[in-house]
Amino acid sequence: MVVSLRDLRPGQQGRVDRVNGRGAIFKRLLDMGITPGSLIEMRRVAPLGDPIEVRLRGYSLSLRKEEAAQIAVALV
Amino acid sequence: MLTVAIAGNPNAGKTTVFNNITGARQHVGNYPGVTVEKKSGTCDHRGTRMEFIDLPGIYSLTAHSVEEMVARDFIINGKPDVVVAILDASNVERNLYLATQFMEMDAPLVLALNMCDVAEARGIEFDIEALSGLLRTPIVPMVGHKNMGTTDLLDAIVAKAAEGPPEAVHVNYGEELEDEITRISELIVADGHAPETYQRRWAAIKLLENDEDVQQKVSSRKILDAVKKSEDYLEKLYGHPSEVVIADQRYGFISGACTETVRLTAEARHTMSDQIDAVITNRVLGLPIFFGLMYLVFYLTFTLGDPPMGWIESFFNWLGRAVSSLWAEGADSALRSLLVDGVIGGVGGVVVFLPNIVLLFLAITVLEDSGYMARAAFIMDRLMHKIGLHGKSFIPMLIGFGCSVPAIMATRTIENRRDRLTTMLVVPLMSCGARLPIYALIIPAFFAEAWQAPMLLTIYLTGLALAVVSAKVLKTTILKGDSPPFVMELPPYRAPTLKSLFLHTGGRAWLYLRKAGTIILALSIILWALTSYPKKTVFDRDYDAEIASEPGGPPPGLPAEAMHAADSEAFGERIKEARQARQAEALAYTVAGRIGHGIEPVLKPMGFDWKIGTALIGAFAAKEVFVAQMGIVFSVGEADEESDSLRRRLRESYTPLQAFCIMLFCLVSAPCMATVAITKRESNSWMWALFQLGGLTLLAYVLTVMVYQVGSLFTAATLIG
Repeated sequence: MVVSLRDLRPGQQGRVDRVNGRGAIFKRLLDMGITPGSLIEMRRVAPLGDPIEVRLRGYSLSLRKEEAAQIAVALV
Repeated sequence: MLTVAIAGNPNAGKTTVFNNITGARQHVGNYPGVTVEKKSGTCDHRGTRMEFIDLPGIYSLTAHSVEEMVARDFIINGKPDVVVAILDASNVERNLYLATQFMEMDAPLVLALNMCDVAEARGIEFDIEALSGLLRTPIVPMVGHKNMGTTDLLDAIVAKAAEGPPEAVHVNYGEELEDEITRISELIVADGHAPETYQRRWAAIKLLENDEDVQQKVSSRKILDAVKKSEDYLEKLYGHPSEVVIADQRYGFISGACTETVRLTAEARHTMSDQIDAVITNRVLGLPIFFGLMYLVFYLTFTLGDPPMGWIESFFNWLGRAVSSLWAEGADSALRSLLVDGVIGGVGGVVVFLPNIVLLFLAITVLEDSGYMARAAFIMDRLMHKIGLHGKSFIPMLIGFGCSVPAIMATRTIENRRDRLTTMLVVPLMSCGARLPIYALIIPAFFAEAWQAPMLLTIYLTGLALAVVSAKVLKTTILKGDSPPFVMELPPYRAPTLKSLFLHTGGRAWLYLRKAGTIILALSIILWALTSYPKKTVFDRDYDAEIASEPGGPPPGLPAEAMHAADSEAFGERIKEARQARQAEALAYTVAGRIGHGIEPVLKPMGFDWKIGTALIGAFAAKEVFVAQMGIVFSVGEADEESDSLRRRLRESYTPLQAFCIMLFCLVSAPCMATVAITKRESNSWMWALFQLGGLTLLAYVLTVMVYQVGSLFTAATLIG
């Protein structure tokens, strides 16, 4: 099942299906290793409800829900 | 001499390695035209002299951020003999991503595998020889914070430089993509349009990545059309835009090299950092911990900084008196005044900020090096994003309530230039500690006990609200632009090292003294001249004669001690009054006094007279000077904020509305000269410093006029009603 990264619950994992959008933010997500096929895990949501922390390629990354919504992942 | 660039991801320990190599032989400057800091340093190794340039910490080499542009321009134009890419061994995949891009530029590369101890503790094992062979690049294992591997790295750099032009090591992008790359690079050669410094292959890849900078530089319609066609073809073929395919292939290349050479021996899911984060960024505990730490930073900077500031002030007061005593009592010497009030006062005014700066940077370095700063941004981002700023803007804004000077220096932690400038520009609206004496003087003079606390709160909240609105306005107008993605690494927690604390804090303090201090000193001397010259020699009243002929003085030939105590006191009072009146007249005669008089028509709509105008000019030296200057123009001598006689005089002269307007204007208007100097230094441009000065003063003027005019209408209405 393909969902957006922002909808994962803490602890859930998914494989990146595609990254939507264009431009700087999109490029930055790719550079940080969010490429199709990579495994990504939702870790936690910040105390104020945004941003979120995810784990991929052995490190932790935080991004806003706005950006996470652009990342489609297939649940594993 | 060899030129060596040190590059790497943020948090890879780049600065630690740079410090190990260069020690204190560092020079801090700026890259031309941008606010990005350039650190360089030298090192002699086995008879080879090397200059090291610490490039900004980056993840990639796109044209989307100033830091990345600076780094790649340096590789292209600075032509370093060797590029050292520092890799965090515990996160080697993502760190190698940047390295592959250096390979693409045909940069002579040495890889420094840093923090091997952390990787080992996490159960990561490397076959360094095999990895080095696959990447065809020398790799040096290191532990930067224990200064291990530094000599090996220097050896590898010297060897690499001696090697000559590097063997090309390229990521293989797969047959289809490679075909397109070849086609475009051939077009570039045929066209002769590309600047020769750009390697063809690199330029072709960048074009396929939609790199705006390279697109502009190539600028040939023919090539750009061919790129567009290739992109369409690739997108159809792969189902993803070409940027995605390129990034994916780079990561694929890295994974390929790592599967055979990097082994995870233990399942390291729940590392120490995870456990700390489970508490520190916890939904319930995260905020209280954050505010607790912020309180600590504020307390450390200002409460602990207060006694040393007092010592510095007393020292300069003492020095002033000592120098002053070299002249005969009562002698009117311009040189003495210049030395004591201008130079010593000015230097004192510079040095007095040092305790704050040192303590604040100690705290900030601990927060940064430990990894907490990224968590702070993570926690505060939602709030700060609402006003168009970054989570990291919170700390400078908070420090602004103490003092704008260290606060503006603290904006260095904000990577994005626009966010950093916006924060810098609005920080003076956070009501700083030096403005408190103004409120403390005025509020009790005009407002009933019950209204005093709400009034003070109103002032502070007004400043905060203005800061929020101004930040929003700046971000939607002159500092408009793509909001930088908040895609931020949360690095593993680490214990900060003493050496880094020392070097960083010391470096900041020195930079402040050298760069901002000189401007502050020059401005103090100018202000001293404005408030001292021209000297009035002929006074409206003959004060000396009045003092001499004052009845009730001691009988001729007898010392004052011979008088009756009560008589003596009354006599002393009258003498003091005469002296204070003379001081007020002298100030009115100076340039500052004349400007105060001259701009009175402009000040009128705010309800201000020339006295307030003159005191405001003095307050540019430091906000709290306003109180002392008001004391002088109102002939009550050197007053402080507890002065009842000054409060009485103020009550006689102004209405509560005018009093509120004074506070409002002092809150919003021209930041003090130290703030202007530090903004110049930190933004690397007089333009921004003057924009801040002018913009805030204009804002203050407009607001105060509005409040005064509307307020006057209401007062008039109540009087009539």
